[in-house]
Amino acid sequence: MSNELKNPGRILRAPENFIDASLSKAITTEGLNEERRSFIRKSFLAASAVVAGGAAFTQSAMAATFQGDPNILNHTEYDQALGLPVAANPYGVPSKYEVNLVRRESPGLTQVGGASVAFTPLQGLFGIITPSGLHFERHHQGWFDMDPSKHRLMINGLVKNPKVYTMDDLMRLPSVSRMHFVECGANSATEWGNVAVPTVQYTHGMVSCSEFTGVLLSVLLEDCGYDKKNGKFILAEGADGSGMTRTINIENAMDDTIVAYGMNGEMMRPENGYPLRLVVPGVQGVSSVKWLRRIEVGDKPYATKDEAIHYVDLMPDGQQRQYSSVQEAKSVITSPSGGQVLLGKGFYNITGLAWTGKGKIKRVDVSVDGGRNWRTARLETPVLSKALTRFNIDWVWDGSPAILQSRAIDETGYVQPKMNQLREVRGSKSIYHNNAIQSWKVADFGEVTNVQVK
Amino acid sequence: MYKLNKVILAVSLAALSATAYAQSATYGIGRTATPQEIKAWDIDVRPDFKGLPVGSGSVSQGNKVWDDKCASCHGTFAESLEVFGPLVGGTTKDDMKTGHVLAMSSGSEPKRSTMMKVATLSTIWDYINRAMPWNNPKTLTPDEVFAVTAYLLNLSEIVPDNFVLSDKNIADVQKTMPNRNGMTTKHGLWSVKDKPDVINTACMKNCQKDIEITSVLPDYACDAHGNIAEQNRHFGAVRGADTLLACNPHPSVAELNHTYNTPYKASTSKTSPTTVGITRPETVAPTLAEVTGLDLLKLNKCTACHGVSNKIIGPGFKEIAAKYKGDNGAEARLSNVVKNGGGGVWGGSMPAHGNIKDEDVKKMVQWILNSNK
Repeated sequence: MSNELKNPGRILRAPENFIDASLSKAITTEGLNEERRSFIRKSFLAASAVVAGGAAFTQSAMAATFQGDPNILNHTEYDQALGLPVAANPYGVPSKYEVNLVRRESPGLTQVGGASVAFTPLQGLFGIITPSGLHFERHHQGWFDMDPSKHRLMINGLVKNPKVYTMDDLMRLPSVSRMHFVECGANSATEWGNVAVPTVQYTHGMVSCSEFTGVLLSVLLEDCGYDKKNGKFILAEGADGSGMTRTINIENAMDDTIVAYGMNGEMMRPENGYPLRLVVPGVQGVSSVKWLRRIEVGDKPYATKDEAIHYVDLMPDGQQRQYSSVQEAKSVITSPSGGQVLLGKGFYNITGLAWTGKGKIKRVDVSVDGGRNWRTARLETPVLSKALTRFNIDWVWDGSPAILQSRAIDETGYVQPKMNQLREVRGSKSIYHNNAIQSWKVADFGEVTNVQVK
Repeated sequence: MYKLNKVILAVSLAALSATAYAQSATYGIGRTATPQEIKAWDIDVRPDFKGLPVGSGSVSQGNKVWDDKCASCHGTFAESLEVFGPLVGGTTKDDMKTGHVLAMSSGSEPKRSTMMKVATLSTIWDYINRAMPWNNPKTLTPDEVFAVTAYLLNLSEIVPDNFVLSDKNIADVQKTMPNRNGMTTKHGLWSVKDKPDVINTACMKNCQKDIEITSVLPDYACDAHGNIAEQNRHFGAVRGADTLLACNPHPSVAELNHTYNTPYKASTSKTSPTTVGITRPETVAPTLAEVTGLDLLKLNKCTACHGVSNKIIGPGFKEIAAKYKGDNGAEARLSNVVKNGGGGVWGGSMPAHGNIKDEDVKKMVQWILNSNK
């Protein structure tokens, strides 16, 4: 892990940063509406100039009349006044300046809000825990804020003793607290054929990560005396109108699946399944059934709507992969990322997220030249099984066009594939399980856009 | 006192025995479910039709239920893709013989219908039974579910017009499902132990000679997601691109002003800088968004049935605005319809929403009536 920033303030040209003339040309001309883009270039420079001039930070200005930043020289509206008392917000809310980073829908993706998705704003988040209010939302028939005193969990089917548990019961049982990602199987679905959306919120925002607290499903299945010989699958069912149902194999169910009520230290948010949801670590999000009310143990899979009509992966030969569940290793640079503009040449911290449904992330490599050369990024701790892992790497942008990519490697040795490698095997109609390397193009005027490269 | 001690002793003994059980993973928590409770909740139907209740329904009965409860979202012939994907279409008599829907691989159908994809008839029965109609699920009788399923099979020309589907013959119909052989579980995504099907290697240096950009955001999608400048912070390492400007080939003066003011605030100083280095834009507080009529329409789930421009179940807001243009009494009348329900005007009926505050109703109706401006 080299730290290429040896002398802050001086722009260094890293060897990895070198882009030859043909690629440089390709980046600036390929598919670009230059006339249109020139406006953002002009406005970017002009706006930068105005601000630079206004704040009088330029070298020449400093030499002549610059006395200092007015934010320092003058008193402020805060330092000569009385602030708000405690508990003015009994349940704290984000700063009023943080209105831009919110869950958003992708226009045109769905027609009805009750069967839609709102994406997590990954472009502005830090670390690995998704704030509970920004955890992505995917509902199949709307959401409810359900009364926990009336909520029940039933376990039936191939069990010695079919049982009913109240929330009182479940919260008395031995609990675990574990950090896991939840990723929709359709995350990055829009990109199977071509680039379709502008920012990381819409390309990758159907992944979130929380600390979940609850009872291991294995505890409950043992408690009911499940049939260890014939019990090969479970059916998980929700209490909402859709009665969301998914088949989960017994290995996952008995391994690390959590019947969860807690999320990031508080109760689950209603949009995420309050008061009770299943969390099936490493498996596509639809299996983590929200508003969980029933578990049935069975000897055969159930072929429910969301595993027989949707969440099946269409292969080029017309066959559909059914019960495709595991989320393979994936990563994405969250900043700088599509739709963002760099504020000039110089140092940047490239940051992103990596995850795998098969255990821990072992390594993340980053390229700034479209995949020609790679450097290994720093993994921030903790690096946890089936959780998001944050990576960072230094980069000094010399102002020339660049293509940023990240590539995750998990503890099984699996290497995140390129888009064309994925398409060669699975075609481009699959919708689900797109874990391809994401490319962000940086134009010479600082604008970052979503591209695909070969 | 003696009695109380006895109770405590009994409880303690029970706790002790519970501890003993805990080692074999029972806790004495929860209770046995009654047969009636299991019957009430255990409604799933498996591909082998385990769980299917006794019952039957004809194609013509299904047609009636369909027109009444399903057609508004799915279209008269289940072909609509206005709200949800098409349910039928794209299957042939030949597919019924092979059990493979040809259009799944040929790509001849732009939108894959449910009947093209589904292999198991139980899936359709189970889903209609548990989740339909969309806004009133679990209200159909088993016979109605058989009938609606029969109607969908008939629209797909899998069963004849006079067919009666029942628990007795549903397994026979399964044998003719057009895509019954269309599923595979031979893939590496079922268990963590499975082998991956796509292999990349972790090359580090000079991995590739030529790098070709194969796809960029299409021009028509340039500003489809709104202004990205407003989807990033106004301070920090980067800014969001002003897509309102970037996506417009001929920005007006107003748009230029917009760009100069957000996300970068134009300084009072007009002196032009001599150099442009690493710039440090001033932090500008975004204006807090006021709750608009549209926000309220979303919050109160009006948008589940009304699109902004288009009809979903009820008319689009702009369609309403166009109809009542110049009608001064419209605000009061529409407010009344929102509060107390109404019908007939657009060929359907709207339920009452008496729980919404008057001021919110006013704001929403005003927003709707001005949505065309």
